[in-house]
Amino acid sequence: MLTAEEKKLITQIWDKVKPRQEEFGVEALMRLFTAYPTTKTYFPHFDMSAGSDQIRGHGKKVAAALGNAVSNMNNLSQALSELSNLHAYNLRVDPSRFALQLLSQCFQVVLAVHLGKDYSPEVHSAFDKFLSAVAAVLAEKYR
Amino acid sequence: MVHWTAEEKQFITSVWGKVNVEECGAEALARLLIVYPWTQRFFSSFGNLSSPTAIVGNPKVRAHGKKVLTSFGEAIKNLDNIKSTYTKLSELHCEKLHVDPENFRLLGDILVIVLAAHFSKDFTPGCQATWQKLVGVVAHALAYKYH
Repeated sequence: MLTAEEKKLITQIWDKVKPRQEEFGVEALMRLFTAYPTTKTYFPHFDMSAGSDQIRGHGKKVAAALGNAVSNMNNLSQALSELSNLHAYNLRVDPSRFALQLLSQCFQVVLAVHLGKDYSPEVHSAFDKFLSAVAAVLAEKYR
Repeated sequence: MVHWTAEEKQFITSVWGKVNVEECGAEALARLLIVYPWTQRFFSSFGNLSSPTAIVGNPKVRAHGKKVLTSFGEAIKNLDNIKSTYTKLSELHCEKLHVDPENFRLLGDILVIVLAAHFSKDFTPGCQATWQKLVGVVAHALAYKYH
């Protein structure tokens, strides 16, 4: 699904993200909860204040999972298999992938905020496609 | 009628006051055509859309982007009455242009990303939340007259 050129762009941009991936993951979550308050329903047990340990911990997890996906673009299904099970059977995040689309938007906003011009139309296109592929894999086992 | 808090109105006007409508509109439309290539079907008369470089440099894309964002400005001038502001455009997009309203949501999200790239840290989570709300309201208004 992703072309060789797109994979290259994604890898290059992730190289810029890597040193700050935890910070970006946390910010993406904060933006998700602020812009789309309904997503908070998946975290009723979380302390939602900015900088909470739980949000920091979870942002770090999300970023690490995305980093793992970037390293395994040729085999997303297998690399994300555990997470796919989790999202389908345990978490049951909205099956239309709606919530994941919102997270994709927020993560891209974080990239745009911090990378500015480096988040070029070509990179934007490749990364949007990549996040859609990740969301599709996470929703694979819903039914 | 959509309710806007004082803070939301502040976020909207302060960002809009600094937006270069021509540049921003051109970029948003170009990105729509690049990131979601099926949208090119609505612009077959625009000439060369064969690559991201061609799209970004295409003068018709730039001009139309400016038109689209200028129209957005109308919504901002009429925050309390966005639906009626877009009545004619809604009919146009349905009856003449036959655009699936889902595409309005896509353009809205892209506009938010363009603003984020431009305003960087000033585009705070609260600011983003307001603009996501605004693009959602505009998309809804444009889809309102569909039948």
